[in-house]
Amino acid sequence: MLELRNVSRLFGGLQALNQVNMLVPTGKVVGLIGPNGAGKTTLINNISGLDHPTSGEILFNGTPIHTRAPHHIAQLGIARTYQNIRLFGEMTALENLLISQHGRGSASILDALVFTPRYLREERRLRDTASGLLERFNLTPVAKLRAGNLPYGDQRRLEMARALGTQPKLLLLDEPTAGMNPVETEALGEQILRLVREDGLTVLVIEHDMSLIHQVCDEIYVLNFGQIIAQGTPDEIKHNPQVIEAYLGQDED
Amino acid sequence: MEFLRSIGITEIVMQFMLINAILGLSMYLVLYTGMFSLANAGFMSIGAYTGVILTQNFNQPLWVGLIGGMVVAGVLAVPIGLPVLRLKDIYLAIATIGFGEVVRILILNFDTLAGSITGESVRLTRGALGITGIPKITETWHLLAFLVVTGFIMIRLHRSRFGRAMAAVRQDEPAAANMGINVVYTKNMVFIMSAVLAAAAGVLKAHLTRTISPGDYGFDQAVSILAFAVLGGTSTWVGPLVGGFVLTALPEILRDFKQYRGIVNGSILLLVIVYLPGGMVNPAGWSQMWARLRGKKQGDTLTTEVS
Repeated sequence: MLELRNVSRLFGGLQALNQVNMLVPTGKVVGLIGPNGAGKTTLINNISGLDHPTSGEILFNGTPIHTRAPHHIAQLGIARTYQNIRLFGEMTALENLLISQHGRGSASILDALVFTPRYLREERRLRDTASGLLERFNLTPVAKLRAGNLPYGDQRRLEMARALGTQPKLLLLDEPTAGMNPVETEALGEQILRLVREDGLTVLVIEHDMSLIHQVCDEIYVLNFGQIIAQGTPDEIKHNPQVIEAYLGQDED
Repeated sequence: MEFLRSIGITEIVMQFMLINAILGLSMYLVLYTGMFSLANAGFMSIGAYTGVILTQNFNQPLWVGLIGGMVVAGVLAVPIGLPVLRLKDIYLAIATIGFGEVVRILILNFDTLAGSITGESVRLTRGALGITGIPKITETWHLLAFLVVTGFIMIRLHRSRFGRAMAAVRQDEPAAANMGINVVYTKNMVFIMSAVLAAAAGVLKAHLTRTISPGDYGFDQAVSILAFAVLGGTSTWVGPLVGGFVLTALPEILRDFKQYRGIVNGSILLLVIVYLPGGMVNPAGWSQMWARLRGKKQGDTLTTEVS
């Protein structure tokens, strides 16, 4: 589904990503781990179009997307969440979900002005989808509250719901468990697995929490100083000496 | 009517109130999309000159001048918006002030410039003295009708896909882009709409004041338009409307203060800024000020329900 070929990103003299090769197969959950500053978020930014690689190719279902604008990539079917929550805080939870379906609508301002059937039909459809998402993520009671005022857990779930509102094929999760306790983390893991099983989504997840990685991932890539240093199943990675060294440092002796 | 006249709001004041409300709305559009643009005065002058040249030099009726002014401003907004809207915040403000100055100087020297190119004497914008003797053909009902239509568009905009995209772009541009919103398109579209509105106000005002000159549309005018929107409040479209009304009517109402008028006027505006930082039309701001005046603590707005 998603393929990265020799992707590099230079920020001035800093090599944030160095010849990254990666394959995310359809219907799988792929984990991306690595120490802080390894370039994980840069990688997600490059895939979602907020940033572009200096060299290399990113293919989504065979289509090169590494030069495309972010809104275009979203419409192709890639959605993401953010490490620091980035909801539209001044709007209600419901409105956030309506906005997320922007790319799935086509009614223009003129349609809205004269109430064409197309506008009315589309508006009803968007609201139906939004209330379905609210239901699914247990957000119905807070639908009319400002997103910025919601409790942290609700905001996390709303962000996930918003990403799904774009009707993606590939979901990029950037540290979804940040600030969660073990019980919440496990519930989130269940949710991710359900998305893959029931909705046929493919997921690429950045995570520090190894229990979640074990719970959901079919395959893991390890990024350190912008380079992929290891790749394999969760169990293989756990015992990989290079990975242990990257996280814990080298033995002095 | 009698009451309004007794407090100093004559028909011409009311007409200016309506025009300034339109200008406030044109500013509201860009602010609502998160663009701090001060180009509105420039577009107003483009509209005014185009409209007046159409009605005076080409003997067209007012509505042709109005549409002509709006179209020219809208078309010119494209090449201005595309490069300039890549800037943000104060940098965008500076660039758009620059645009206003360029327009002013171009109009000032238009006749000489066009004359030197064509080799004939051109008399269109008439330099620093401007165009005088424009017939007063804008009626109050023209302005009212225009404002009603604009208000209707504002209401519909908020309930449309495009209006939601505008709000999303203001709150978080990258996140909006990741939701499939074309940020560049949205910003430029809004910039054009704002330019068209400002131009319409320019045409209508020119046919009220009967005389226009390039100096009427300088930095002062740009800041006034900003003040209508900001003092009125930009949380809803009603704010700039009220801002335009109040800021125009206030100096007239305060006529009885004679030489102290400026001081009283300025004090009132200062009080609004201090006690209602969100503008005059801002429910949250009023309840906060009310709580403050009653000596209550702030912070209970944490779970304010909206809509």
